[in-house]
Amino acid sequence: MFTMLNLVQPKELEEAYQIFSEKRNNTILGGCAFLKMGRKRITTGIDLSNLNLNYIQERDGFIEIGAMASLRDIEINPLLKDNYNGVLAKSVRDIIGVQFRNGVTVGASVYSKYGFSDLITALLSLDTEVELFKAGRMPLEEFLAQPKEKDILVRLWIRKTSRQAVYLSFRNSATDYSVLNVAVSKLNEQWKIAVGARPSIAALAVSASEMLVGEMPSSERIEMAVQKVTEELSFGTNTRGTSVYRKALCKALVRRGILEVMACKSN
Amino acid sequence: MQIELTVNDKVVLWEVGNDEFLADTLRSHGYLSVKKACETSCCGLCTIWIDGKSMLSCSILSLRAHGKKVTTIEGLPKEAEEFAQILSAEGAEQCGFCSPGFIMSVLAMKNELVNPTEEEIIHYLTGNLCRCTGYMGQLRAIKTYLGVA
Repeated sequence: MFTMLNLVQPKELEEAYQIFSEKRNNTILGGCAFLKMGRKRITTGIDLSNLNLNYIQERDGFIEIGAMASLRDIEINPLLKDNYNGVLAKSVRDIIGVQFRNGVTVGASVYSKYGFSDLITALLSLDTEVELFKAGRMPLEEFLAQPKEKDILVRLWIRKTSRQAVYLSFRNSATDYSVLNVAVSKLNEQWKIAVGARPSIAALAVSASEMLVGEMPSSERIEMAVQKVTEELSFGTNTRGTSVYRKALCKALVRRGILEVMACKSN
Repeated sequence: MQIELTVNDKVVLWEVGNDEFLADTLRSHGYLSVKKACETSCCGLCTIWIDGKSMLSCSILSLRAHGKKVTTIEGLPKEAEEFAQILSAEGAEQCGFCSPGFIMSVLAMKNELVNPTEEEIIHYLTGNLCRCTGYMGQLRAIKTYLGVA
């Protein structure tokens, strides 16, 4: 369990950032579910509950998700169910239970860059940008590639398009962490393949995605892309599976994902 | 620090620690239906409602309950008894340790889902673990309770 000397609930982002920057072990609090499993010694915990960041809305051609929206909000929000083939809702629905998802936040899930994250994999397959208080807006993949710096993830912006996406994961038991997860999407003949829980942080398989250009790639093309994914991304071993096992799973899930996207209704 | 909240329709003013979680606060004030077991936020034993939403009280900082309406099973005696009767009639109760959190989830589901399918019921309740049973008794009881048997 972590310990925390002070707890503040700032009313302005500027104030939150200032307190966050003051000391190395000052910490932004998300839902605290993951934080509480560690033994971090926090001088000042910063709760963002009073910043009105708990929302999901449509704005300027994007779907905007505030950092304090919960994973359950993602799961049941009509806007997210009706777009991208409901991929975000599907990506979070097997994370523990309803009461857990009601408490954990989008901001903490993405900012923490958890390797096991289901949500990040699905977000990567869409046109997602993160907005950080200090560093501003940038594509999610750019944010994931950067070294961790002290900043506050304020909201996500997902370009509203007719992109169709599919999320698939493999778990050893129903609500365990994914052994591997995959998200595949297509927009205007351009494909995106994201693979997460390898067990490192989710990444886009760029070369494999480029191999799929076209509405309905041939089965040979699909097999080439499936093979390429396992060559261009790294796979590791942990208690949930070996790298060899993950590679085998990856091939099966990516192939299935591509075929499911091809079968999506809007196609 | 001090928080003011409504617990089962009663307004209370409590002193809580910065790193204190709501399950501990509730238990320290006599709401002993709230159980803790897993320490990893996955067993559902500590399930309560905050503003009507089911939450894991073991993972919510007490401060976050400030100004909110908290409901434990002690605040829903009529509904809990009605479901508990059906649950025991189905032989689904064994040690009973998981029951308060489980029943809070079932009641939340009743408020949220209309005529759920078996798959929807199971999905809604995967966050509540029971180490005694195989869940089939509970499932029968829920279907009877919701009138979807």
